[in-house]
Amino acid sequence: MRPEQQGIEMAVLVSVGRHPITGRARRADQDARGLELALCLEGRLPGSRIGLLHAGPRSEESEAALRGYLGMAADAGTGLNTLTLLEQPEGSDAIPALADHLSAAMPQLVITGTRAELGEGSGLLPYALAERLGWPLVNGLAAVEKVENGVATLLQALPRGQRRRLQVRLPAIICVDAAAPAARQSAFGPARRGELEATPGAAELDHELAGWQVAPARKRPKRLKIIRAASARDRFKAAAAKAEGGSGQVLEGVSSEQGAEAIFTLLHEEGVLRS
Amino acid sequence: MLETLLPILIITALALAVIGAWRRIRLWRQGRPSAVPLFKGLAALPRRYLVDLHHVVGRDKVISNTHVATAGGFVAAAVLMILVHGLGLGSSERMGPVLGGLLLLASATMFVGSLFVAKRRRNPPARLSRGPWMRLPKSLMAFSLSVFLITLPTVGVLPQDAGSWVLALILSAVLVWGLGEMVFGMTWGGPMKHAFAGALHLAFHRRAERFSTKHGGGGRSTGLKALDLDDERAPLGVEKPADFTWNQLLGFDACVQCGRCEAVCPAFAAGQPLNPKKLIQDMVVGLAGGSDAKYAGSPHPSQGLGGKPVGEHHGGPHGPIVAREGTALVDAETLWACTTCRACVEECPMMIEHVDAIVDMRRFLTLERGETPNKAPEVLDNLIATDNPGGFAPGSRMNWAADLNLPLIADLQQVDVLLWLGDGAFDMRNQRTLRALVKVLRAAEVDFAVLGNEERDSGDVARRLGDEATFQSLAKRNIATLAKYRFQQIVTCDPHSFHVLGNEYGELGGPGAPARYDVRHHSTYIAELYDAGRLAFSPWKGGRVTYHDPCYLGRYNGEYEAPRRVLEALGIPLNEMERSGFRSRCCGGGGGAPITDIPGERRIPDMRMNDVKETGAELVAVGCPQCTAMLEGVVDKTAEVRDIAELVADAIVMPSARPRRGERCSPGSRTEEVVS
Repeated sequence: MRPEQQGIEMAVLVSVGRHPITGRARRADQDARGLELALCLEGRLPGSRIGLLHAGPRSEESEAALRGYLGMAADAGTGLNTLTLLEQPEGSDAIPALADHLSAAMPQLVITGTRAELGEGSGLLPYALAERLGWPLVNGLAAVEKVENGVATLLQALPRGQRRRLQVRLPAIICVDAAAPAARQSAFGPARRGELEATPGAAELDHELAGWQVAPARKRPKRLKIIRAASARDRFKAAAAKAEGGSGQVLEGVSSEQGAEAIFTLLHEEGVLRS
Repeated sequence: MLETLLPILIITALALAVIGAWRRIRLWRQGRPSAVPLFKGLAALPRRYLVDLHHVVGRDKVISNTHVATAGGFVAAAVLMILVHGLGLGSSERMGPVLGGLLLLASATMFVGSLFVAKRRRNPPARLSRGPWMRLPKSLMAFSLSVFLITLPTVGVLPQDAGSWVLALILSAVLVWGLGEMVFGMTWGGPMKHAFAGALHLAFHRRAERFSTKHGGGGRSTGLKALDLDDERAPLGVEKPADFTWNQLLGFDACVQCGRCEAVCPAFAAGQPLNPKKLIQDMVVGLAGGSDAKYAGSPHPSQGLGGKPVGEHHGGPHGPIVAREGTALVDAETLWACTTCRACVEECPMMIEHVDAIVDMRRFLTLERGETPNKAPEVLDNLIATDNPGGFAPGSRMNWAADLNLPLIADLQQVDVLLWLGDGAFDMRNQRTLRALVKVLRAAEVDFAVLGNEERDSGDVARRLGDEATFQSLAKRNIATLAKYRFQQIVTCDPHSFHVLGNEYGELGGPGAPARYDVRHHSTYIAELYDAGRLAFSPWKGGRVTYHDPCYLGRYNGEYEAPRRVLEALGIPLNEMERSGFRSRCCGGGGGAPITDIPGERRIPDMRMNDVKETGAELVAVGCPQCTAMLEGVVDKTAEVRDIAELVADAIVMPSARPRRGERCSPGSRTEEVVS
């Protein structure tokens, strides 16, 4: 028999995404996966509530993108016809505003994408939040297995389809990446009906960002995988094989100078650094 | 005794019929309002029945004649019976014999008709519904025979007191049966309901443009009706039967369950879970409330089950049509199996609009529930983000023509012909067609240009998948782009773009951009060029050829002639398939069906390729990128698939003494200003 489960409070942090080809504003892929995770969890834990949270400036373009998240809630129960918008002037730091809001609202689970599609995109926001709030953080989440008595059992995605089961005491922050289930379709009707509840958020100018120069990201060069195979079987084996490190080395018990030296040499060998 | 009994019987039956009619009308009026001219509609009814409906019914001569005899006989007999026996005019010295004689004639005609109905019902084809419909010929006979017999004394053939009271009683009983079916049953839901609802449906049809008028014209109305997205309270599509407009509900109720739609439906033939007849009956169940247990025709196909069992689906006018979980009136897969080929609509003698209803229900599933199946959400997201269903960079739309040096309308501002490329521009197979078409246009020295990267998807797929919001967004931006330039006509090799630009954009135009275009399919345009002597062809040396009519060119736009004209000009003798012209079978590529990809027992393009094989053709000429893709995707196909433009380009004889290509022949003299 399944034990009696209680609903939990979740906060999903969502950002304005950017389509990789056309650059149009959209719901960010990873954040949408985060919301998908929350919606699935809500289906399994009746009585749960999901709060959608975004900190940033309000514009027509970003509003359309944020409504994309509300459109995913066509099936959901209570609490998902509004998105809380912590309104900030352009160039503000989202972290203090989010931290203030979260410490006041005290959700048990905060779900975010790993990295934003716009702006800094450093992927540091969840860590900064976890540090401020003093909550544990789990990254690369694939699934939330269960939540019982204030402890969540999570599956963390590792490379090559491996999974690690973790238990974490709530409240906690979890971030999802492409390993989490794909987001459901966003429907026009609920997206249009949903409300953006705007409250002024802490307007702390991000001084560091102001000093940065922002340019569109370029595709990183990819190492070519050269396969010399005579037969289809060889080709298949090569395609299915693990990416082999081969030349890597494990440094243990070395001083920081030695470590730095090893990294420096590697960067030279790879042609990342040129002298 | 009969003299006293008959008026009572007739008046009672009529009174009950009136009560039933009132109840039935109340059921229809549960639907949303739809403004139709009531009196004008009723006035147009006889013509719509005798001309437009008969045009459809008349495709089957035996049934047509049977129906003329039976229905004509019945209507005449019913009116005369009310006069003669109901109002007692039969006993008047002067009128009695005349009216009585006419009544005898009418009931005899009806009886002969009912014999043919009975014959058809002896071994009915699978498409016909059974159940109550099997008793209809007997009821027709009961009515016509009993009316005939009770009228004999009126005209004096038999003495007034002929036979005993037992005989009179038996005769009355038979008449009660006949009256019950024909008059009472007409409004209380028997098989004869089709006459009552069908007549009113003709009068109050949602697409009055479909019908011809005395001045000719009309006859085609195929564009979907736009949703009002500005009104936030307006429902997005149809969730429950009561969300249909009242005349749509009336239309469903008019169904005679003849199964002509079932016989032509490609999804049904492929074993996909859609039977258009059953779908309409599901809606009738929904409008009256209850379950589909009484349905007595072929069910929706279902893999491995030989059809979905009846009795499991149920609903009411204010309940959901598609359940979130479990079953309601219909399953979502039934709605997504449709290719929107309009074969059912073309074939329906009751002028029911199946495709409108299906898209209405899809709209709700997509816009409100976000439950578009399979790859469709991805395609819709691509359309939103990149303006094309494949998610390609919009700036790469013209890559296929990098070496062709195509003139851009942005540079010229004004041309004769705007060549609309469609999303086939991203498809390598269709790029061959486009290149062929460009070659033809250049050979004929047409003053043309393309929109280039300014072009977007027409919105066809988004709209058929129920995403009206994305469709309108694309359409409005396309309209704004087109409004910037001057051209006389749009030519496209994509019948889907043709249909959307020509028939569906008009409703969305604004005051600054009326969005009425003169759109032509490339086959039409090539035929015109040939007739104007601007093209010359070398003789055809290939083998047997057949032509596949694209649904969106033929049934949607009525263009059956031009492609055949072009093939004739090429010197290609056609071996027509059995299903061609307005009865052409869909390739399976329309309505987003390849994207939603509802499983069936067979594939629709395979069936179509078999049709091709039966003609012995080595080559099938097509005129649509979707059809090309679907038919080319057939494994082990027996015929080559080539677009008409390719055939033309291959046969073209380049005029030597003409100006070099690229030079336009004094555009100013030939172009007139048109508001685009």
